[in-house]
Amino acid sequence: MKMPKLNGAEISRRDFLRSGSAVATLTLAPGVTLMAFGGSDAAAGTADAGKRWGLLIDANKCDKDCSACVTACSTENGWKDNGRPETDAQWIRKITLKNTETGRETTMPMMCQHCEEPPCVDVCPTGASFKRVDGIVLVDKHTCIGCRYCMMACPFKARSFVHEPVINQKSDAPRGQGTVESCTLCVHRVDKGGTPACVEACADAGFEAIIFGDLKDPESEISKRLATYSSAALRPDLDLNPGVRYTNL
Amino acid sequence: MERTIYREIKATRRVWELAVVLLAFIGGMLASFFYVEHYGHIVTGMTNQIVWGLPHVFAIFLIVAASGALNVASIASVFDQKVYKPMARMSALLAMSLLIGGLAILVLDLGRADRILIAATTYNFSSIFAWNLILYTGFLGIAGAYLFVQMSNGIPYAVVRKVGLLAFVWRLALTTGTGSIFGWLVARPGYDAAIMAPLFIAMSFAFGLAIFILVTVTLCRLSGRVFGEKLIHRMGRLLAVFVAAVLYFTAVRHLTNLYTAEHAGFERFALLDGGIYTTLFWVGQVLIGGLIPLMVIFHPSFGKTFKAPLVASVLVVIGGFAQVYVIVVGGQAYPMELFPGYEFSSSFGDGAVATYSPSLPELALGLGGVAIALFAAGFGTKILRILPTSLSDANVGQD
Repeated sequence: MKMPKLNGAEISRRDFLRSGSAVATLTLAPGVTLMAFGGSDAAAGTADAGKRWGLLIDANKCDKDCSACVTACSTENGWKDNGRPETDAQWIRKITLKNTETGRETTMPMMCQHCEEPPCVDVCPTGASFKRVDGIVLVDKHTCIGCRYCMMACPFKARSFVHEPVINQKSDAPRGQGTVESCTLCVHRVDKGGTPACVEACADAGFEAIIFGDLKDPESEISKRLATYSSAALRPDLDLNPGVRYTNL
Repeated sequence: MERTIYREIKATRRVWELAVVLLAFIGGMLASFFYVEHYGHIVTGMTNQIVWGLPHVFAIFLIVAASGALNVASIASVFDQKVYKPMARMSALLAMSLLIGGLAILVLDLGRADRILIAATTYNFSSIFAWNLILYTGFLGIAGAYLFVQMSNGIPYAVVRKVGLLAFVWRLALTTGTGSIFGWLVARPGYDAAIMAPLFIAMSFAFGLAIFILVTVTLCRLSGRVFGEKLIHRMGRLLAVFVAAVLYFTAVRHLTNLYTAEHAGFERFALLDGGIYTTLFWVGQVLIGGLIPLMVIFHPSFGKTFKAPLVASVLVVIGGFAQVYVIVVGGQAYPMELFPGYEFSSSFGDGAVATYSPSLPELALGLGGVAIALFAAGFGTKILRILPTSLSDANVGQD
């Protein structure tokens, strides 16, 4: 996929927002000065085509009473529960799965699956939905017109539309009323060599149900586990090759 | 057969009154737009589950009807049916008006309508939505050119026919594009079917002709012009053919789905236990929009009255609206099969049928789009020589 070009104006705006003026700027003109780090042209330029970031989720290790990953994502990226589940953004959610034959119940987190062939990118009329060369699927908040066609197309219901004005945003994950958003795989952390907040929180909670890593690197922990144990992609019939895999469903 | 004379309609008191009512609806639409723009889509009934709601039902209905409204002109110049020729100008004008009304709704419902220039200048050519933007603007241009060549003196009829043919092909592409917005959504069991494109084409024939009959007869009455009885019955019979085609494609769509086990769940929802959507399908689309109009048109006594095709047209519009509602909203209400063979649930409505209650701002937006379409059509006939002074049977002749 051809990546949008980097331009000077956007770098300076990004730097400006990252400075201490960010909060004041956003308050003065909400929705106007939004910068989507990681979702912007600038951040896309830092992606490494030699990598493909992914997650491996072990449903056996996911505790049904734990939602540390959801809380961590919400804290990290600034989306929150306003008590209106139908319209509130949910970048990550816990799904309870019950086998209708055996009655066995499992839970697991669900987020953007960062598909290799993302339907959201295909259908986006302006190209605001895009995939970085390292496989992370993002929304460019500058060019999203809020048509929600990507939400119609996503097989995983991974995307949320920002239904209400947003305040007190995180400078690393700006959001905008009237635009669509989803899990960024904590691209701002990944680009600095870190791991997504959900992965860290799950490990801190003592479960280690989510593993993050480079799917292209055969020596990475995620690749080794995928090579050793059976795993599944959700909706394999659609042949989207998601970057998020599940095991022990 | 006399020579057809086209004249602007006169600005009578009734015309002014109608214009004021339509402008009030357009004002309501703008108020709704600013309200939603300010508070966000939280004030609408749309959610992260039902992402497209009532505004989209209105918009898609108008856009589909727009391409169908152009058929009267196509029948005249492409298929050489002389009876339809005096109405060809009106057909092109109404097609453009309906499309503008539909597009206005879509644009004003955007989360960031202020970024419409981005949509107009940045294209992702793998998106059918982006292609549709080209098809829609192209349609306005071609229908405009079609109207121009019809109205200009000294342009040979062969040229009119060629432009008419282009317009006909373009309108088929346009409706294919609109149907494919849904047909190409692989993830949702209610869509993902190639038959959506031809189904939408059949729908456009029916909705477009029904609206054309209603608008043209109304304008003739407002301006004291005659609309021939034979002419309206002829159009009524054509409408019946289109209505039957919609029923046919609908039946094929559901029968195909019923044959495959993977679609059984959705079909059960659509046809049997989907609540409002099942009711709208059977009562709204099939009965009011399909079987009753056919019975009205072919009724041995009532079918022969002037009213019959008008009543049938109103029913087709109501049933058509129900049909689009079931496709757009019902298709989203049914949960996606994230884990086939499992029961699943979450705080995000996974695995559950989504609920949707349309709100007043959404209704205002939709009705405003209808008002724009009707106002534009009326305004066009007021300032341009679109409508013949008489559409009497003697005047239009019979083939």
